[in-house]
Amino acid sequence: MPRTAVSTAAAVRSGQVRAADILEEHLARIGSREAEIHAFNLVTDDAARTRAADIDRRVAAGEDPGPLAGVSIALKDNLCTRGVPTTCSSRILEGWRPPYDATVVERLAAAGAVFVGKTNLDEFAMGSSTENSAFGPTRNPLDTSRVPGGSSGGSAAAVAADFATIAIGSDTGGSIRQPAALCGVVGVKPTYGAVSRYGLIAFASSLDQIGPFTHTVEDAALLMEVIGGHDVRDSTSIPQPAMALRPELGKGVEGLRVGRITDLPAGADPGVMERLEAAFATLEARGAQIVDVQVPAFTYGLTAYYLVAPAEASSNLARYDGVRFGMRVDAADTNAMYSATRSAGFGDEVKRRIMIGTYALSAGYFDAYYGKALKIRRLIANDFAAAYAKADVLLTPTSPTVAFEFGSKGDNPLAMYLCDTYTIPTNLVGHPAMSVPFGTAEFGLPVGVQILAPALGEPVMFRTAAALEEAAK
Amino acid sequence: MSVHITRADVAKVAKLARLDMSEADLDRYTDQLAKMLDHFEDIDALDLSGVEPLSQPFPLVNVMRADVEQPTLDRDEVLAMAPAAEQHRFRVPPILGLDL
Repeated sequence: MPRTAVSTAAAVRSGQVRAADILEEHLARIGSREAEIHAFNLVTDDAARTRAADIDRRVAAGEDPGPLAGVSIALKDNLCTRGVPTTCSSRILEGWRPPYDATVVERLAAAGAVFVGKTNLDEFAMGSSTENSAFGPTRNPLDTSRVPGGSSGGSAAAVAADFATIAIGSDTGGSIRQPAALCGVVGVKPTYGAVSRYGLIAFASSLDQIGPFTHTVEDAALLMEVIGGHDVRDSTSIPQPAMALRPELGKGVEGLRVGRITDLPAGADPGVMERLEAAFATLEARGAQIVDVQVPAFTYGLTAYYLVAPAEASSNLARYDGVRFGMRVDAADTNAMYSATRSAGFGDEVKRRIMIGTYALSAGYFDAYYGKALKIRRLIANDFAAAYAKADVLLTPTSPTVAFEFGSKGDNPLAMYLCDTYTIPTNLVGHPAMSVPFGTAEFGLPVGVQILAPALGEPVMFRTAAALEEAAK
Repeated sequence: MSVHITRADVAKVAKLARLDMSEADLDRYTDQLAKMLDHFEDIDALDLSGVEPLSQPFPLVNVMRADVEQPTLDRDEVLAMAPAAEQHRFRVPPILGLDL
């Protein structure tokens, strides 16, 4: 078992271990395997060494560097880091160095974390395999012939390979939970507004959330306590402090109502469904009550998402026009410069989503597509509300399959989109969800069980996660 | 729904989105977008009359702050990252009436 954030911070704060030594362990692992894995767009080893030395100096001086003292962390490369290149794995932002830090980055720094690098992603977080990165794919550390999932594939791989103890990702339709499942680590999509998005480069603003990748549920709870809570710089941030989650972990699941969605869309591999059934059995054996619920609109989530997310993306990505940041392809007039820049700077999948989004929002089609998608969001919200009247949490697979091979989704974008079937509905309604590793299935590869909870239901979600984790040991 | 996207639609959308498309790109995107829109027809089976649209997970009201000066980004630092800048401003190619 790799070091956890909790044990590392305790050892560094008490002076038993030096942050510099912890960092060198991670950098050595990066040195030996990163060429094969490609988890990072950038390894910030010099800055990390300076920071680790500073942490050690503060401990020696009797100061407390914070709850993540000396913990190595990797950041998805769509989080702004002042003066440090931030690319979204896109040519269009290559070379750009943000003039400010994301709120999450500030909070992690204040907690004593040591940033080891910026991780690879599907360009602008659009994808489920990291194959859409302009800088080449990330490989799954558990089987390098397979994808790590996406879009936060670099962050998931960095934790799975122990290049960093913890990592940060973003989740618009499953981009934290699905790679966490495929790489065998814990991944959390918090309630919409629970974590500030100031400094997260926007993909789909009504869906995007930032969250942690960790080896353990306790580390994820700690990380949520550090990065969560109100931020005046994000107007969608919920005006309340971070939830205390670590006290929930030992409470068990006695009397908890765990919902089984009887009309869940089919299509998951048999091995994955076996692990889901094992999770229900485990929780029942520990005193939870398994209840049947229906979420009829769940199955329409995919369509609603692939209209709403591209629509919002087409608007958010209008800012990449060659004027204020990133690359420019010169042309005779401004309009030609916009088109030349965007055509050269964006990759295929990003263009496809901009196209579908622009179409869905265009005159004559708005009501047929975007308008309908927003109504389906309402149906899904209503169905979940009815389900949560009967159950405290719901369990589903995170991903329909274990990690798949490179290129296996071919040239059919829809095949890739189906990877997100089970993760998308929570984003559409703003609820929290997390993936917890729960054994292995096909090819001996890890399976993630997804725990869904109502808005601000993180306490009960983490309670359930802790019980599953304990059983999986 | 059952509106079928045409090559001309795709060309128009590309222009709106400021994306240049080759003839081959237009063929490929027309094919791919048509397949997606076909798949999305699953929602035609739903009766959505009387359903209120949900555009944000939680109801949002205007978020205001006190009207006092706040620190802003450093102008030179921001302009240093622009593809072209001049006299403390972003520099762009001609916008209007280019006589070629």
